[in-house]
Amino acid sequence: MNRFTTNLHGWLLLLPAVVLLAAFTHYPAVATLVHSFFSTPKSAHPAAWVGLDNYQAMVEDPVFWQALTNNLWFALGTIPVSIALAMLMAVWVNGKLRGRAFLRMAYFTPTVLPMIAVANIWLFFYTPTYGLLEQVTGALGLPSHNWLGTQNTVLGCLIVVTIWKEAGFFMIFYLAALQSIPPSLAEAAAIEGASRWYFFRRVVFPLLMPTTLFVLINAVINSFRLVEHIIVMTKGGPDNASALLLYYIYEVGFKFWDSAYASALTVVLLAILAAAAMGQYFFLEKRTHYQ
Amino acid sequence: MPAIPTLKRLAAIAAASLLPAMAAAQTTEVSFYYPVAVGGPITKLVDSMASDFEKENPGIKLKPIYSGTYQESIVKALTAMKSGEPPVLSVLLSTDMYTLIDEGAIVDWTGLATSADDQAWLKSFYPAFMENSQTGGKVWGVPFQRSTIVLYWNKEMFKEAGLDPNRAPENWKEMLQYAQKLTRRDSAGNVSQWGVQVPSSGFPYWLFQGFTTPNNGMLMNKAGTQTYFDNPAVIDALQFWVDLSRKHKVMPPGIIEWGTTPKDFFERKIAMMWTTTGNLTNVKNNAKFDFGVAMLPAAKRRGSPTGGGNFYLFKKSTPAQQQAALRFVKWITSPERAAQWGIETGYVAVRPQAWETVAMRKYAAGFAPAIVARDQLEFSVAELSTHENQRVTKALNDGLQAALTGTKKPDQAMKDAQREADRILRPYRK
Repeated sequence: MNRFTTNLHGWLLLLPAVVLLAAFTHYPAVATLVHSFFSTPKSAHPAAWVGLDNYQAMVEDPVFWQALTNNLWFALGTIPVSIALAMLMAVWVNGKLRGRAFLRMAYFTPTVLPMIAVANIWLFFYTPTYGLLEQVTGALGLPSHNWLGTQNTVLGCLIVVTIWKEAGFFMIFYLAALQSIPPSLAEAAAIEGASRWYFFRRVVFPLLMPTTLFVLINAVINSFRLVEHIIVMTKGGPDNASALLLYYIYEVGFKFWDSAYASALTVVLLAILAAAAMGQYFFLEKRTHYQ
Repeated sequence: MPAIPTLKRLAAIAAASLLPAMAAAQTTEVSFYYPVAVGGPITKLVDSMASDFEKENPGIKLKPIYSGTYQESIVKALTAMKSGEPPVLSVLLSTDMYTLIDEGAIVDWTGLATSADDQAWLKSFYPAFMENSQTGGKVWGVPFQRSTIVLYWNKEMFKEAGLDPNRAPENWKEMLQYAQKLTRRDSAGNVSQWGVQVPSSGFPYWLFQGFTTPNNGMLMNKAGTQTYFDNPAVIDALQFWVDLSRKHKVMPPGIIEWGTTPKDFFERKIAMMWTTTGNLTNVKNNAKFDFGVAMLPAAKRRGSPTGGGNFYLFKKSTPAQQQAALRFVKWITSPERAAQWGIETGYVAVRPQAWETVAMRKYAAGFAPAIVARDQLEFSVAELSTHENQRVTKALNDGLQAALTGTKKPDQAMKDAQREADRILRPYRK
């Protein structure tokens, strides 16, 4: 009886989380997988089983491949730089210096701003001839350039916006981790005569590994998740040069109303994210030292 | 024991909220979604018009719902339909007609507007606006907030360049000559002022129709099942657009952002711009210099596409709601109301009678640019719209952007776009 009440208690406590997870995470994921094997229902034709047709269409769809390639470059461009910057900023504002609170706030501000607002501001930064960037390059005597309107610079411009937006957010995690490192370690290292760089490399950096793992997973997810700035700044253009996978899914799902193909694309996105997360856990877990 | 009173209170609230619903059974409720795509206090205007209508028509309760941009509105309307509760009416892009028909979302107005008076009303709109509003002999959309592309020019810059400030370029050749005179370069070749600017981000196909129409290049057939992107007249039109920046260097290179184009104009970075008449009020309020508004320059003829939104009637509504909706749409497109809407928003009033009202005559007499869009309607054609509209449009947009950035030659870009459109539209050609 007692055991039964305990069990019941446990399940009741779990219930809200289970219901929410099932309704908003597990059911949609399974439903998406199922929909991806059917055709898109239209008023005259209900959904019909088409097997792997949607996936076949995906393999033959050049825009899908371009969006995927763009996304990989986007991830490669944003993740390492934003993490390195975050660590650097955290180490800096962790030290004793004047105006520390102000600096921390300044670094964190981009995170607080809504992405739509940020994208609208950056849109004008990149505007040819009188945008902020152009005024700087113009003062240096460089020729004018249409940053968002040219295939080979547009993705780079979006990467910069994302790094600017993300680095401050990751900095907060590193800052918290740095504060939890006991000062006795630094004192001991100083007594042993270790240089600051040696101390950072052999003591601080390994102690930050759990945070790095967490931040890395978040950064990977974000690089596939952020689309607001694309909607505001480029709409995937010119000629799909800045289309990322999630933006393409949005287009297929809510502009073309091809929900079946959008489901198939979503399954691929989920698979990529799951693989990335598992890879990180399996490979980095071993090299991560938890206190 | 706090739980019981709470339950009681909940029950009371539930009962109270049911009562008005029962009382309202005699009145017909008509919900409608409307997007806002231009600046200004549009939502206030819609609300005040709705309450005016309710005063004149007791028994009908209007529920105007602001639904974001056009794109957000169609997403909301179609997802609401799929979950079983679509609005009765919605203002959506005229080009979404085929999509809405294919989704089985809407009913036609022809079957509802059966009286002689109703039939006359359906015929009272500008034919240019009806091109995008009917297919298969039926009217599916009633024109409401409609626009077209016009050319805005900075009169001060015209004067500085030695041009007549009160005369806009009449044709392509003149526009190019003017633009060459208006483009200013320093000794290093850096441009401080561009002659002309035609935006190409987001929906370049629409502005492209401002080139193809004068060049006698039609983009699609009336049934929405065939496109003609690789027609020589269309390719020539694209060549001219591409040459403006790549060969003649009188337009900024690369893709030009739609949203910042009016700002470029205010900042005196461009002397002429192409944009929607919907921007008229915006330019009037923000340009710190004298400006003019003209029809798009002609090539073989004059021409511009129409744009903007129509009223659609959703299928899943009761006969009483449909009748009430018809009454409202007839009311809001009546000459006086259409004139009021045009004056307060900058959209083109949708029927000729609206331009004969006292209010509109007075407005037009005080602000000449307002008439340009109306006069251009005579030469206007339907905006590109086919089955699978957004997919076909994207094929064209991608091709246009590839040509404008120089990654493809115009003829190659248009042939690729046509091949893609053919692939998409094949199932619709029976």
